[in-house]
Amino acid sequence: MSAIYILWLRELKRYTRSRAQIVASLGQPLLYLLVLGFGLGPVFKRAGNGDYFQFIAPGVIGMSVLFSSIFSGLGLLWDRQFGFLKETLVAPVSRLQIMIGRTLGGATVACIQGLLVMVICLLAGFRPAHFSAIPLALGFMVMIALNFAALGMAIGSGLQDMQGFQLIMNFLVLPIYFLSGAMFPLSDAKNVLKYVTRIDPLSYGIDGMRNVLGASNAAFDPRLDFMVLVVVGAILMVFGAYRFSKIEI
Amino acid sequence: MIRVQNLVKTFGSFTAVNDVSFDVAAGEIFAFLGPNGAGKTTTIKMLTTLLRPTSGAIELDGLDPQTRQNAVRQRFGIVFQDPSLDGELTALENMEIHGVLYHVPHKVRRQRTEELLNLFELWERRKDQVKKFSGGMKRRLEIARGFLHTPKILFLDEPTLGLDPQSRNQLWNHVKKVNEAEKVTVFLTTHYMDEADRVAHRIGVIDHGKLVTQGTPKEIKEQTGSESLEDAFLKLTGSTIRDESANSTDQLRQFAKMWSGGRR
Repeated sequence: MSAIYILWLRELKRYTRSRAQIVASLGQPLLYLLVLGFGLGPVFKRAGNGDYFQFIAPGVIGMSVLFSSIFSGLGLLWDRQFGFLKETLVAPVSRLQIMIGRTLGGATVACIQGLLVMVICLLAGFRPAHFSAIPLALGFMVMIALNFAALGMAIGSGLQDMQGFQLIMNFLVLPIYFLSGAMFPLSDAKNVLKYVTRIDPLSYGIDGMRNVLGASNAAFDPRLDFMVLVVVGAILMVFGAYRFSKIEI
Repeated sequence: MIRVQNLVKTFGSFTAVNDVSFDVAAGEIFAFLGPNGAGKTTTIKMLTTLLRPTSGAIELDGLDPQTRQNAVRQRFGIVFQDPSLDGELTALENMEIHGVLYHVPHKVRRQRTEELLNLFELWERRKDQVKKFSGGMKRRLEIARGFLHTPKILFLDEPTLGLDPQSRNQLWNHVKKVNEAEKVTVFLTTHYMDEADRVAHRIGVIDHGKLVTQGTPKEIKEQTGSESLEDAFLKLTGSTIRDESANSTDQLRQFAKMWSGGRR
């Protein structure tokens, strides 16, 4: 237990120490929120879909949680080459504990990041149906963070160089984001898009947040959203732990 | 303390370590020498549970690293060829993580951390982030950290690579001090023959995966009729140059150097 705790704490310390990085990582969600939120707002309204800003805010929160959690796992690449990973792998602690500590740490950091973006959304004029919905939305945030921190861990375990990193970014992370319905309503998706968006776990996370925060255009039942996240999350955790146990240095 | 018998490790058709046998007694400083790619690091990886041998037997303090992994890990400390500190954290925090991972009780951890950081002349800088340390300081911190859980064996894989003579000298003095004070067995590799000559009680020379010879520095010099250990080493291993191709680690390191303005 203490091993899990100390590795979790390490992720947190690393996060709070890189202030510049915190500010930088808020830039992208801010851009999406303000530019898309206000820019596409009138079009969205004319199409009869309601307030786009209310719609996109949960999507942008989901995005920052996704990026932050998946990158925590890809951070393994740095740790592997610049050493700290080895220090933990030769310690008399099971790999599972190391993996859990890191994953929880990454997920916690991602949630803090998501909360920061949520605060920005609230400041920019986003209004949830009720403020009591925020803890529920936080629950979904935690689920998104756990899912993708585990996925990041699974991928990071096999990553060898920066080229691989770019590949993951362009062919996994961005598709997960764009196909999640963060920016467009899933209820209107047709044909192939409809099915592809449905196998993207982030869809359910963002949809769940939309549900509880009371934005219109939610596509599924919030209980279904949550169940999917739990099941997929459990699978990704096992997968991540397996991949982590196979790391060779 | 360390017993290796007929150790073999093959990667595909390549035999990295070929039928190597040696013993290291408790409290001894044993230097493992060899050109690049001779099998030093592979051997260390097998001794420290990171790689499984293809065949042969290893015993550390009477335990098999394969079957008693955690018990063995508790018994050794290791300083890797490349740094394994967390640069974002302070020296103290790096020590603390190590102590927790090695189940060192809180009180002992604090006390020993203070002792070791003082010994390695880092106590003054304990609250600084490690990324601000010089190469020599980082190495010292890694060695101090390796001693934290009072291991019976300390592995040092080219610990002085890239250090200036002052830092090297100081580092070995520290290692010798702890070796004498705590009776820690030290297993080291280095490319600096003068260091091995000065520090090691016994030496093993490995080349092309085979143990070429072993003995005290004096014995090895006599055996080859050489003045210095460096000459003896060249006589034993020949003078052809072993070029290792750059792997992804090297490339990434290059990248990081660029990225961090050469701070690493």
